[in-house]
Amino acid sequence: MYPPAFDYAVPRSLDEALDLLAEVGDEGRVLAGGQSLIPMMKLRLAAPAHLVDINEISELSYIREVNGHLAIGALTRHADVVRSEIVGAGCSTMASAAPWVADPLVRNRGTVCGSVAHCDPEGDWNSVMLALGAEVVARSRTGERVIPISDFVVDFFTNALEPGEMVTELRVPRDDERSGGCYLKLERKIGDYATVGVAAHLRLDERGRIGRAGLALTSVAPVNLEVEEAERMMAGQEPSEELFAEAAEIAARTCQPQSDVRGPAEYKRAVVRAYTRRALHQALATARGER
Amino acid sequence: MTTTHQPTTPFDMGGIGHSVRRKEDDRFIQGAGRYLDDIQLPGMLHMAILRSPIAHGRILSIDASEAEAMDGVVAVVTGEMLAAHDLAWMPTLSGDTQAVLATDKVRYQGQEVAAVIATDPYIARDAVSAIFVDYEELPAITSPQQALEEGAVLIRDEKEGQTDNVAYTWEAGDREATDEAFAKADLVVTLDTHYPRSHPAPLETCGVVADVDPATGEATIYLTSQAPHAHRTLFAIVAGLPEEKIRIISPDIGGGFGNKVPIYPGYVVATAASLLIGKPVKWVESRSENLISTGFARDFHMHGELALTADGKILGLRASILSDQGAFYADAQPTRFRAGLFHICTGSYDFGAAHVAAKGAFTNKAPGGVAYRCSFRVTEASYLIERLVQNAAYELGMDPAEFRMKNFIRPEQFPYLSPTGFVYDSGDYHTALRKAMEMIDYEGWRRRQREPHPEGKLIGIGIASFTEVVGAGNSRTYDIAGLKMIDSAELRIHPTGKAILKLGVKSQGQGHETTFAQIVAEELGIPFSDVKVQEGDTDNTPYGLGTYASRSTPVAGAATAVVARQIREKARRLAAHLLEASPDDLEWEPGRFFVKGVPDKGVTIQEIAFAAYTDFPEDMEAGLEGVHYYDPPNMTYPFGSYIVVVEVDPEDGTWKVLDMVAVDDCGVRINPMIVEGQITGGLTEGFAKANMQWITFDENGNCIGSNFLDYLVPTAWETPRFRLGETVTPSPHHPIGAKGVGESATVGSPAAYVNAVIDALWSKGVRNIDMPVLPHRVWGALNGVEVAP
Amino acid sequence: MEVTVTVNGVEYRRETEPRRLLVDFIRTDLGLTGTHIGCDTTSCGACTVLLDGVPVKSCTMFAVQANGHELTTVEGLRRDGELSPVQAAFKEHHGLQCGFCTPGMMLVATALLGANPDPTEDEVRWALSGNICRCTGYANIVKAIQSAAATMHEGVRA
Repeated sequence: MYPPAFDYAVPRSLDEALDLLAEVGDEGRVLAGGQSLIPMMKLRLAAPAHLVDINEISELSYIREVNGHLAIGALTRHADVVRSEIVGAGCSTMASAAPWVADPLVRNRGTVCGSVAHCDPEGDWNSVMLALGAEVVARSRTGERVIPISDFVVDFFTNALEPGEMVTELRVPRDDERSGGCYLKLERKIGDYATVGVAAHLRLDERGRIGRAGLALTSVAPVNLEVEEAERMMAGQEPSEELFAEAAEIAARTCQPQSDVRGPAEYKRAVVRAYTRRALHQALATARGER
Repeated sequence: MTTTHQPTTPFDMGGIGHSVRRKEDDRFIQGAGRYLDDIQLPGMLHMAILRSPIAHGRILSIDASEAEAMDGVVAVVTGEMLAAHDLAWMPTLSGDTQAVLATDKVRYQGQEVAAVIATDPYIARDAVSAIFVDYEELPAITSPQQALEEGAVLIRDEKEGQTDNVAYTWEAGDREATDEAFAKADLVVTLDTHYPRSHPAPLETCGVVADVDPATGEATIYLTSQAPHAHRTLFAIVAGLPEEKIRIISPDIGGGFGNKVPIYPGYVVATAASLLIGKPVKWVESRSENLISTGFARDFHMHGELALTADGKILGLRASILSDQGAFYADAQPTRFRAGLFHICTGSYDFGAAHVAAKGAFTNKAPGGVAYRCSFRVTEASYLIERLVQNAAYELGMDPAEFRMKNFIRPEQFPYLSPTGFVYDSGDYHTALRKAMEMIDYEGWRRRQREPHPEGKLIGIGIASFTEVVGAGNSRTYDIAGLKMIDSAELRIHPTGKAILKLGVKSQGQGHETTFAQIVAEELGIPFSDVKVQEGDTDNTPYGLGTYASRSTPVAGAATAVVARQIREKARRLAAHLLEASPDDLEWEPGRFFVKGVPDKGVTIQEIAFAAYTDFPEDMEAGLEGVHYYDPPNMTYPFGSYIVVVEVDPEDGTWKVLDMVAVDDCGVRINPMIVEGQITGGLTEGFAKANMQWITFDENGNCIGSNFLDYLVPTAWETPRFRLGETVTPSPHHPIGAKGVGESATVGSPAAYVNAVIDALWSKGVRNIDMPVLPHRVWGALNGVEVAP
Repeated sequence: MEVTVTVNGVEYRRETEPRRLLVDFIRTDLGLTGTHIGCDTTSCGACTVLLDGVPVKSCTMFAVQANGHELTTVEGLRRDGELSPVQAAFKEHHGLQCGFCTPGMMLVATALLGANPDPTEDEVRWALSGNICRCTGYANIVKAIQSAAATMHEGVRA
């Protein structure tokens, strides 16, 4: 399979990249890991006229701890996250999700920011980011915006970027000693998209109650779905089997799965229910330092 | 039965029974294998195919003008152009015809409509997007049941005399005797199941480089072919080319599994294009093209009934089959058998009566019906009987192992005439099952199964005790497209004692270069490393039907042993001449003749070979070579018992294999390492089909399963870990007692996995889940929710 | 566009179209046909090469993206006329049948053993989970890689 022709530019700095993106406007696409874009081009499902390849801008490859959050650069690969001690110590939810993104070779090339920008509702990272309340840093030649992830994810394969703008960084709240999370994914094999994915994150207050709850779902709506009703319901509550069961019920009720080869909608709701409960228990154990 | 075969040659000689390392590996591990797509010829052009986006429709017009005008495009070929050369249609391996490029209608999504020939594959692909076809869409038929409904749209309206969508009907066995058996039954157990559409999906797709020399008219066709000789003959017939001017070269093949047995439209178009343009033309399928258009397998809707006595004896089997053939009936199978060898479905059990009725229907799906790692529908047969047997045992309140033991054909009954007419050559089913039960600790697992699971998971234990039939012919009964299913071996011993063995079969990873050299080593004492094995070039190998249906060792292996023995007899006469003794006074040991009682007085095979060219008696023809065409007296009947233990999560419906043992009996093992490799691969294929791997269609006939994101094949992570065991019951009619093993595990294991899952769920009222046993199907079965697909 | 790339220690300079996939560049333009193509969807890993030592799927990169980088293909595994321990172990343990996935499997294994000299069976299987083999059922591939690890330890001690 062979991709259609395009114009190619490989900037050496972010400024140069932003200039190029400004020039090509909405005909242009950023080429980061390319692990979703290139297959789509090979199948001729995408045909961008211009590609701006950011792979040579090494300043965009980083994972840093800054002011209580983790900053993930636009060129940070999934495999960097898998290996990162900063993520391992500072973001249990990301650490739990990273090994289940795609396959090991794709993780060596694909980027977290690229996946977030792709807004594929079957992608794993946006559920993690929604559960964590992450922020997306977008830049263009005219300036920088910091966009809450819930505003960044607009629709099915649609993000909030303007022409000429690119994602340069993700800002993910760091776990403190009373928070923790996880990502549970049901997939049929390695490399498969999720049948259902559940990202759960809990921050406990000093009395052990739930201060903030984050819960988001993969593959069961036109976008990665934050279950705000369950998040609100859990906030301020004592964690318990019953509470998590109720949150799971809300998640199962709220999601909008489609019947397809991965199963009927009813089945996916049942998995959402089971995995939400399991994920919240696991998140609680992590927040309590039990695992 | 013995438990292993003891080698009679030293390890370095590498005769039968030695796990010598493979000779072919040196090139593969250095990236020096030469596969079809590696071939580059001067001036070579590239072909890309435009395929139908819809499942059924009439072609109103094709506009290729924009494509033809593109830089680098040499030609656009359409069905109309082929029709002018009488090449728009071609025969299939089952006596039907198949469109090469569609002229009237498209009959499945992915059907070949036009082809672009260009200087570069990227340009060829661009040009495909610049061909515009108008279709009048017709209703798509997506199941054989729908195809047979009153008033269903006629798919094969071009076929003279075809008034419905029936592709064939066929039956085997004795209907009356079976009815009588059922009349006597205390209990009848039934099962309806669909063995879903699957695809061999070898990692290398199919392809061709057609190089027709415009000056001489000679066609050299490089082809991913499991059967190069048969393909040459069929090319001669289809394309009307003189056979001596066609040379098929099948280079290294990156897996076949049946996918590379048929002739596909792309091969014909590329050859026609090369003939017309006068330059070599390459066509290599993309993975999507591979999965949507070439070589589907299975797709049998099966109904089975077992007649039983209250005390647990099987009296009879009734089976009826409705097969989904796709738009053309193209099964690669022996002519006389319209549903392959499905009538082996009485399996490993001794009972008097069976009847099989089969019907095939045309649907708007790709044609194929290839024997995917299977000897012509044997896996469908094995699956049906092994699933039925388990359900029968439960209905009778018996343990499924005990039920099998009670009904197995007994060792003293061989050769055993089955109720559908097969003569099983040898077997010892009780010992194989007993061994598998010991290896896995069957009773221990049954105990653990009854204990409550801390996480609420369910344990299941599944058995399959399969019997296969492989190694076609004999020539009286078995032919493909009229070609009798024999195979051959040509062996020449060079003056220095090295040898070349030429075969009509073709390895696709089975290790022929090693295994067949080992047979020569066994018979002639020439070290296997000194025997070059040549295959795949029709100009330089003797005729044969090819490698599929586990027939290489049973047929070509036998031919090799026989020709080597013939050469050994000539060697004896040469040795007698050299030793000035009578041939009858000589004794053979591996690699050497010596005078009886005088072990010091002898000559080696290498010395004899040298004499064959330098010092032979006056009344003897020079040289040391021979050719033998082997016509097997019977098929061989490998068997085995597999036991799987699974753990099912009732919440999400997932299941995983906790343990699996596979006891195989394929007769004498030539190279145990290679045999075990074949079994491990086959068990993985069986797991794939039981767990995830299938092709389905939506209601409009769109193929779901057209790439490796949708057609799921397991990685190292999902694949279970297997433990292997063996028994050895030699084939009594095969020269070295071997039976063929490449497909046993794929044939036998699917039922074991599914039986294990059903075993886990039986107490919850679940009686059947069709393959693949996907998590949502398990969940649906447990929760009484209908799930489709 | 002009591309300069070092493959198996040899520098190549070639003119190429931006859309040309790295795998086609390696196979056709450089004639290194040990790197294979098995799918269209970045699923099978037959095209695996090492990009600056890291295994990637060369069907999902453009050749121009390799400009200025170092690649290792299967042809580069053999060093100083000797098979690498991974190559030798694949033969010794029957880790291949048709050979089509083998280059990718061996390159992944080579990178794995560079990062983790003593992997468990689970770690090996996890590392291989972006590569498909249709013949072997993986067991002997895993065995070969663990055996190569042991051989490399002996080499270090010797």
